[in-house]
Amino acid sequence: MALKMVKGSIDRMFDKNLQDLVRGIRNHKEDEAKYISQCIDEIKQELKQDNIAVKSNAVCKLTYLQMLGYDISWAAFNIIEVMSASKFTFKRIGYLAASQCFHEGTDVIMLTTNQIRKDLSSPNQYDTGVALTGLSCFVTPDLARDLANDIMTLMSHTKPYIRKKAVLIMYKVFLKYPESLRPAFPRLKEKLEDPDPGVQSAAVNVICELARRNPKNYLSLAPLFFKLMTSSTNNWVLIKIIKLFGALTPLEPRLGKKLIEPLTNLIHSTSAMSLLYECVNTVIAVLISLSSGMPNHSASIQLCVQKLRILIEDSDQNLKYLGLLAMSKILKTHPKSVQSHKDLILQCLDDKDESIRLRALDLLYGMVSKKNLMEIVKKLMIHVDKAEGTTYRDELLTKIIDICSQSNYQYITNFEWYISILVELTRLEGTRHGHLIAAQMLDVAIRVKAIRKFAVSQMAMLLDNAHLIASNTQRNGICEVLYAAAWICGEFSEHLEEANQTLEAMLRPKVTTLPGHIQAVYVQNMVKLYASILQQKEQAGEKEAAQEITQLMIERLPQFVQSADLEVQERASCILQLIKYIQKLQIKEVPVAEEVIALFAGELNPVAPKAQKKVPVPEGLDLDAWINEPPSDSESEDEKPKTIFHDEEQRHSRHRQPEIDEEELARRREARKQEQANNPFYIKSSPSPQKRYQDTPGVEHIPVVQIDLSVPLKVPGMPMSDQYVKLEEERRHKQKLEKDKKKKKQKKEKRGKHHRHNSLHTESEEDITPAHHVDIITEEMPENALPSDEDDKDPNDPYKALDIDLDKPLADSEKLPVQRHRNAETLKSPDSEAPPVEKSKKPKKKEKKHREKERDKGKKKEKEKKVVEEKEEKKGEDLDFWLSTDPPPVSTTQPQSGPEVSAAVVAEPEEVKKEEREEQQEEDEGKKSSKHKKKKHKKEKEEKSKDKKKSKKKHHSEEEATESVQNGTLDDEPLPPMSSYRLLAENPYIKMTYDIQGNLQNDSQVTVSVIFENKSTSFLKSMELNVLDSLNTKMLRPEGSSVHDGIPVPFQLPPGISNEAQFVFTLQSIVMAQKLKGTLSFIVKNDEGSTHEKLDFKLHFSCASYLITTPCYSDAFAKLLESGDLHMSSIKVDGISISFQHLLAKICFHHHFSVVERVDSCASMYSRSIQGHHVCLLVKKGENSVSIDGKCSDSTLLSNLLDEMKETLSKC
Amino acid sequence: MINAVLVFNNHGKPRLVRFYQHLAEEVQQQLIRETFHLVLKRDEHICNFLECGSLFGGADYKLIYRHYATLYFVFCVDSSESELGILDLIQVFVETLDKCFENVCELDLIFHMDKVHYILQEMVIGGMVLETNMNEIVAQAEAQNKLEKAEGGLSAAPSRAVSAVKNINLPEIPRNINIGDINIKVPSLSQFM
Repeated sequence: MALKMVKGSIDRMFDKNLQDLVRGIRNHKEDEAKYISQCIDEIKQELKQDNIAVKSNAVCKLTYLQMLGYDISWAAFNIIEVMSASKFTFKRIGYLAASQCFHEGTDVIMLTTNQIRKDLSSPNQYDTGVALTGLSCFVTPDLARDLANDIMTLMSHTKPYIRKKAVLIMYKVFLKYPESLRPAFPRLKEKLEDPDPGVQSAAVNVICELARRNPKNYLSLAPLFFKLMTSSTNNWVLIKIIKLFGALTPLEPRLGKKLIEPLTNLIHSTSAMSLLYECVNTVIAVLISLSSGMPNHSASIQLCVQKLRILIEDSDQNLKYLGLLAMSKILKTHPKSVQSHKDLILQCLDDKDESIRLRALDLLYGMVSKKNLMEIVKKLMIHVDKAEGTTYRDELLTKIIDICSQSNYQYITNFEWYISILVELTRLEGTRHGHLIAAQMLDVAIRVKAIRKFAVSQMAMLLDNAHLIASNTQRNGICEVLYAAAWICGEFSEHLEEANQTLEAMLRPKVTTLPGHIQAVYVQNMVKLYASILQQKEQAGEKEAAQEITQLMIERLPQFVQSADLEVQERASCILQLIKYIQKLQIKEVPVAEEVIALFAGELNPVAPKAQKKVPVPEGLDLDAWINEPPSDSESEDEKPKTIFHDEEQRHSRHRQPEIDEEELARRREARKQEQANNPFYIKSSPSPQKRYQDTPGVEHIPVVQIDLSVPLKVPGMPMSDQYVKLEEERRHKQKLEKDKKKKKQKKEKRGKHHRHNSLHTESEEDITPAHHVDIITEEMPENALPSDEDDKDPNDPYKALDIDLDKPLADSEKLPVQRHRNAETLKSPDSEAPPVEKSKKPKKKEKKHREKERDKGKKKEKEKKVVEEKEEKKGEDLDFWLSTDPPPVSTTQPQSGPEVSAAVVAEPEEVKKEEREEQQEEDEGKKSSKHKKKKHKKEKEEKSKDKKKSKKKHHSEEEATESVQNGTLDDEPLPPMSSYRLLAENPYIKMTYDIQGNLQNDSQVTVSVIFENKSTSFLKSMELNVLDSLNTKMLRPEGSSVHDGIPVPFQLPPGISNEAQFVFTLQSIVMAQKLKGTLSFIVKNDEGSTHEKLDFKLHFSCASYLITTPCYSDAFAKLLESGDLHMSSIKVDGISISFQHLLAKICFHHHFSVVERVDSCASMYSRSIQGHHVCLLVKKGENSVSIDGKCSDSTLLSNLLDEMKETLSKC
Repeated sequence: MINAVLVFNNHGKPRLVRFYQHLAEEVQQQLIRETFHLVLKRDEHICNFLECGSLFGGADYKLIYRHYATLYFVFCVDSSESELGILDLIQVFVETLDKCFENVCELDLIFHMDKVHYILQEMVIGGMVLETNMNEIVAQAEAQNKLEKAEGGLSAAPSRAVSAVKNINLPEIPRNINIGDINIKVPSLSQFM
């Protein structure tokens, strides 16, 4: 055996290893492909051997060849063999190869599941490591489902090295198996506070990645991230978090307000440019989200712009680039603050770096105004001339057009100037964007009526100089402008001064070298031109001239008839025939012009590009329904278009002669089809894009605008846009003078009053009046077009599946599939993690089962929804509370509760009647009001007096109470107000109320939330809360402080303000209620000075405060009762007058129970203590009494609980 | 997310190709070629970011690269990554290579592509940044190499000897990428880490 091994390794000495392969390839530069194919043959031989070392060597070489572009997927199975080697050396080679070439389509990948699972649980951390790394590259939905649980376990591995890898890979798992997100999320969240910074950073990374795609689900994590942001010193983590906040702020402007300050601090303090840059970016995002609400953040904007300017001015090109990038974001909302840096940005256009120039161009787009458009475009035109390389020049060209045409030509004051610019742009050689210029020419000429005359004259000039443009047509995109020129000259030929000349230009033989579609437009528009010339001549009585022009057409048109392009050919022959006919008529001296011109009567209106899509489907029309019976299956695919046309005809005929029978029809259809098939001229589908010339009724309504031209229309030679710049300046100057004059007149009238004002005259945007009064016709849309833009949503977005609400509590059914042996599942009472319902469902790999399960899950979810809603609300409140702590809460509630208050005032006279309606209203306002519920809630128990406002608020708490019983059946009775906050102590200065909540994560902790309300007119500060610990119950103090030290309250209270602080207590036993004595010491500060004050209190820990509302299903509940290891006890309370509904609500609310089931006046309820005691109740209501039977795993706890309940109920 | 990590030399020969989403080999080669042409056109001392349009399937992607002597290191990333952060990451990557190979040069990458992959795996997995601390990366890479050596033991000795012999006829290995003296400005690397 040993000998064999040694022999094997000696053989191996002469195998090629990776280095030999590389060396070989380098030595065979001439015939590399041949050498490699030789090597691949060798590799195939090696893969056939049993020796794993040989195999892994072969696989390693394959990985190299893969990099060179060779497909190695044929070796997938061998790769798996190497992956499953026991030695790390080979395993790592296998996993590397797999990560390079495995993917979802690799069929053998399913063989790896168990191997990977084994590696994941290997005692060697590096085995686990390579498996995780490999998995990150080739995880498939199946692998994700089967391994999710294993990876999740690894998230709590002892080694941080494994933890951080596992955390990162979970993201890949989520993508492939979205169901795993919710079960794994709590642990992921936990990892945000992992002691190892690497793990923490990984968790931040994953959550940021998730949140980027579906930010709204992660809003509730904002407080946690905020904490991390203010505490972390790792710049990677900070950058990620700050980027995440950038994604969150648009959803929650209040978050933005909270962020501004710490971000500004970071901007001032950090020396890392990357962090500074991201902070600026996020501040910008915040400002954008606030731009509607808060106008007063100019300081922050200034700071950002100023920092960005520093970046842009830096000699480091990278910083310059990023500065410009961020600047463009500010530009969108705060253009004014960027515009002042125009100089800097124009300077960047001269930069040698193309990326920077392009960024600067982007910025210019947003910086233009009516005032500076001409100037900026002039600068750009200079750059166009200077630019080397077509890409950048093309980019400049598109930018010029974008800048000018943005927001419906908003900034153009002089369209003649714009047309000249477009014409100048046609002189660009080798641009790809001829069609863009053409589209602009068409758009302007059609929509700006006032400019048509000028446009036509310029276009005629273009046509005249077509030889310049079309010199080397085929490679030249610029000839597209001739398309526009020809069309404009034809369509608006009435504005043409020298139509003859233009027609001649269009008939030049050179035109036939243009692309087909342009020639086609030429031909069509020649006729329009011809028609208008004809009319002119006829009206002038110049018959000979008219005949001459006809003759010219007849002579020149044949060159187009010979065109290879079908469209050109067809049009030309039609028109030739038409003109020949006209000639005949002309010879007979019949006036024809009127009739010819009638061919092109009417005006074409611009139609919006999306108009066709937006035509609403008329009511009652089902586009998918068959008009006739579906065609018989004998018809082949390619005949489809014909049959549609066919069937339509058929319908008409049927209309007239309903008696035609099916057979006859079929026969005719057959015959017609035959005919069509044999007819070479039958054009099968797609109607040609014919223009519809018709009298649109709307045309008359478009006002014809008087043109007030201040510029001579004809510019000799090619137009120079610069002239316009000068003229425009003069014009503006004149305008200004006139205005000043007017003002002076006014001044004379109002002398003395506004003296200083008028001398400070600045020319603002609005003062610039356009040169012509132009009427930009808006594009037509169909009537009742749907305004919404519901296009462009990709249904295949992989991230969509991850749009999952994470705040809902986990449903029992949401578990990651775990592989276990069948008999390993013993039935346990519900105190095991998974409730019995789940037990019946074993995870199965088969797809069908899986799907079924999902459906099941769906049902469950519905059932649970109600519970969920309640909790969700809580979460929301927490976030809201966090968000609103910054400004004092009381004052902020005021404005928003406004409408409700007024509603209450209205309701005052007959409140009882209106109550129902109000509640309805409240439900409508649910979203709005829920934000502030908590605060109101607090206030409410503070004000015991009954004023109207308060009665209103009570409804809110009612609502809350209602929700807490929602998992049972629920009547719509109104419920009395309830608050879980109880009075702790009170004196003239301060009032404290408190609530105790169990802590789910920790079985021996409860959290006491205390609300401090400053009742005085003084400032309260240095508050410190201390309690005398008992043996059983202790306040959790910071490490190092003694039991006698108090805990400082983390805020100060201005007069009239209240705020909440939380204190954690640890306990050993929870079966009995506890009382702790304590003191609050604080300093009262007012004008007279400050005094020390104290307030003693007694903190009462009822047994109910150790319970946590836990939903439970009736079957699990039944099992629990059957299990028999519960102690029983019961009470009976007489003299109960409230409804059963109220009663249940009270128990739910004050004692943290949930209703399992309710039948008539009998209900079962369930709750669980923080230490895992189950408490089951059966509540029955008699005439005037209530009896409660309880079962609990601890008898003392039960009897104490029942006593507390008795007390609550007897108060009713 | 990082979409791809590419290393190629001044002639466009790939030295390390790591795509974090599956692409067919031809597509990969095509992308490498196009990326190379994009990067090659650029002068030294202009910015290290490059918008690649729809090259990698989306305007969200950006190329961030650094040029060291004969090699281009190109990261293709989406908008969730910090541009300057990635630049630093490239620097860390190169410095780590330098440490692991002792004065790294192109030939090291050519002959030890697998090792370069293993180092990269300690920094980035599945397109997400795993570790940015160079010492940690080096430590983990070395620990794994040690493990490999221990496993090799006796049976690997002959092949090691042979490859040593084979390497004897390679006196011409030019150790020409010395990243130490390459004056690429790293914006405040020390503060960043």
